[in-house]
Amino acid sequence: MPKKVSKNPKDRAFEALSAFFAAMVLTLGLLLLLVLLYESLPALRKFGAGFIVSQAWNPVEKEFGALSFIYGTVITSFLAILLAVPLSVGAAIFINDFAPQWLKKPVSLLAELLAAIPSVIYGLWGIFVLVPMLRSAFMKPMAKYFGWWIPLFKGPVYGPSVLAASVLLSIMIVPFILSVSREVLATVPVRQKEAVLAIGGTRWEMIRIVVGQHCIPGIFGATVLGLGRALGETMAVTMVIGNRPDIFYSLFHQGYSMAAVIANEFAEAADLQLSSLILIGLLLFILTFLVNLAAKWILSNLVKNTSLRN
Amino acid sequence: MSKAVKFLAIVVLSVAVMSITAVPGIAADLALNGAGASFPYPLYMKWFSEYSNSNVGVKFNYQSIGSGGGIKQITAGTVDFGASDAPMTEEEMSKLPGPILHIPTAIGAVAIIYNLEGVPSGLRLTQDLLAEIFIGKITRWNDPKIFEINKELKLPNTDIVIAQRSDGSGTTDIFTNYLSTVSAEWRTKVGRGKSVKWPVGIGGKGNEGVAGLVKQTPGAVGYVELAYAKQNKMTVASLRNREGQFVAPTIEATSAAAAGITMPADFRASIVDSPGKESYPIAGLTWLLVYKEQTDAAKGKALVQFLKWAITDGQSMGAALDYAPLPKPVTDMVDKTLRQITSQGKALY
Repeated sequence: MPKKVSKNPKDRAFEALSAFFAAMVLTLGLLLLLVLLYESLPALRKFGAGFIVSQAWNPVEKEFGALSFIYGTVITSFLAILLAVPLSVGAAIFINDFAPQWLKKPVSLLAELLAAIPSVIYGLWGIFVLVPMLRSAFMKPMAKYFGWWIPLFKGPVYGPSVLAASVLLSIMIVPFILSVSREVLATVPVRQKEAVLAIGGTRWEMIRIVVGQHCIPGIFGATVLGLGRALGETMAVTMVIGNRPDIFYSLFHQGYSMAAVIANEFAEAADLQLSSLILIGLLLFILTFLVNLAAKWILSNLVKNTSLRN
Repeated sequence: MSKAVKFLAIVVLSVAVMSITAVPGIAADLALNGAGASFPYPLYMKWFSEYSNSNVGVKFNYQSIGSGGGIKQITAGTVDFGASDAPMTEEEMSKLPGPILHIPTAIGAVAIIYNLEGVPSGLRLTQDLLAEIFIGKITRWNDPKIFEINKELKLPNTDIVIAQRSDGSGTTDIFTNYLSTVSAEWRTKVGRGKSVKWPVGIGGKGNEGVAGLVKQTPGAVGYVELAYAKQNKMTVASLRNREGQFVAPTIEATSAAAAGITMPADFRASIVDSPGKESYPIAGLTWLLVYKEQTDAAKGKALVQFLKWAITDGQSMGAALDYAPLPKPVTDMVDKTLRQITSQGKALY
């Protein structure tokens, strides 16, 4: 785009104003980082880099470490993505290419409405419906038949668990991934699809080629959007994860997440505990930042290799 | 255009109405600001509204931001009174600009709730049993040690699931204070605090979180505030107290716990594992924190009058909200203490 310096004073004023707003956004982010850094200094000084690899969390002895919370956040978010992506992309393809016209609107509208439900409602639903259901229909039998030889399904089964949190999170992020994926699929030129069908391709081949050629970067972007939400989700997770700072192998074990421990302990924390909680906040900030950065990088590579080549 | 005019008219009108109704209030009201513990919040709200009704001109703002927050705010002097479920430590008190008084207002207790198939009521626990269950040494309900004191119950052959508070809380402080008092192992391994490193169990947020976990999980046992347990009709265990009696958590048994100890002059007393046959063993006081020397005489006077009312007329309102009233000897002591509050050397009582 050619840059043009306008002579019109009104244009200049508007340009300055919008530049000011852009600067505000940057400043806000920077200030946020600075405040987090400043408030977490006592914990940083006391524990140093060891904070990230320490599994300790003992408010009585004033020993704090973030590892079990980082672990819980990463595992639940990863599992949620694993469950949510096939579901949402599948649904998006159905809505876009297979659903009869009268069904498209209601299905996509309902799916998107899921995004409007407050997370505490998801949490309550998790406690009263999802956890009892998972416990009796999935966790108990899995622990019984597979638990003794697959550590992933090892008991004891209590209900609130990493699995419950991951399933709940996956339901919460489906609408995000679904609606973006649908938009991406809708951008595929009809002619390309028709071309595949015209040379004798099946519908499956059409979707495979079209999605592979066109939509992978977009769907990846949608996934990152969902991941961002999953990493930061607080209320719903804390209500079903069991809130136990441990490193575990079993999906049925209780865990803890970074956002959840901040929400739980912030109100009554003081001194070193408060500072440690803020340090966890800072780490969460950095984690989401890194994830987004990595996503941007992967995305740009994907775009180079796929759609732009056409 | 006419839409915009209408909107503007409504805005102007509503602002006018609001200012008419608000002006008389602003002129006369004395506002006392407080912050702190959430446990006595319902009681304090009741007190504030009742007291403001009969003493026109005194208004209260209370933020239930937690005991730690209350101590921080009163230390910084941003509020007229603080509130806490845990007495201030020596370290915290050394940061204060002047001497502070702990005024006890009510007594809370912690109830042990459980969910056991075939045991709708009547579970009894001793000090050792409770400590060993929460430390993870006793893991099944049909353990002979539990059976020994519950011979008439049909205890199921299931795992014990511990439910605890995941958020920092005065309830946890009272409960872990009790376990530290009755069990040397708990004291050295875990200790006492608003949040602790639990040896075993699942964490739920708030009383409702713990209650939810216990209701939903067969074989679960947890702890909640007595008021919460009563209002939600939860199944509670009777505990053996220091005199060897099994006592159910009730308002009376909680008051008895405060009557059982010798109250120190500054009221910073722990009343867990209290002597006395009727005493329920897991109880704790809740305090209002008030500076001995008040900078604003008018506010100080209003505050002292309110506190006087709270420990006399106010006490009878507690029971309806499931807060145990202070025993008479304690309120007599508080009355004497209130006479020490001054402003520029003049008593405000």
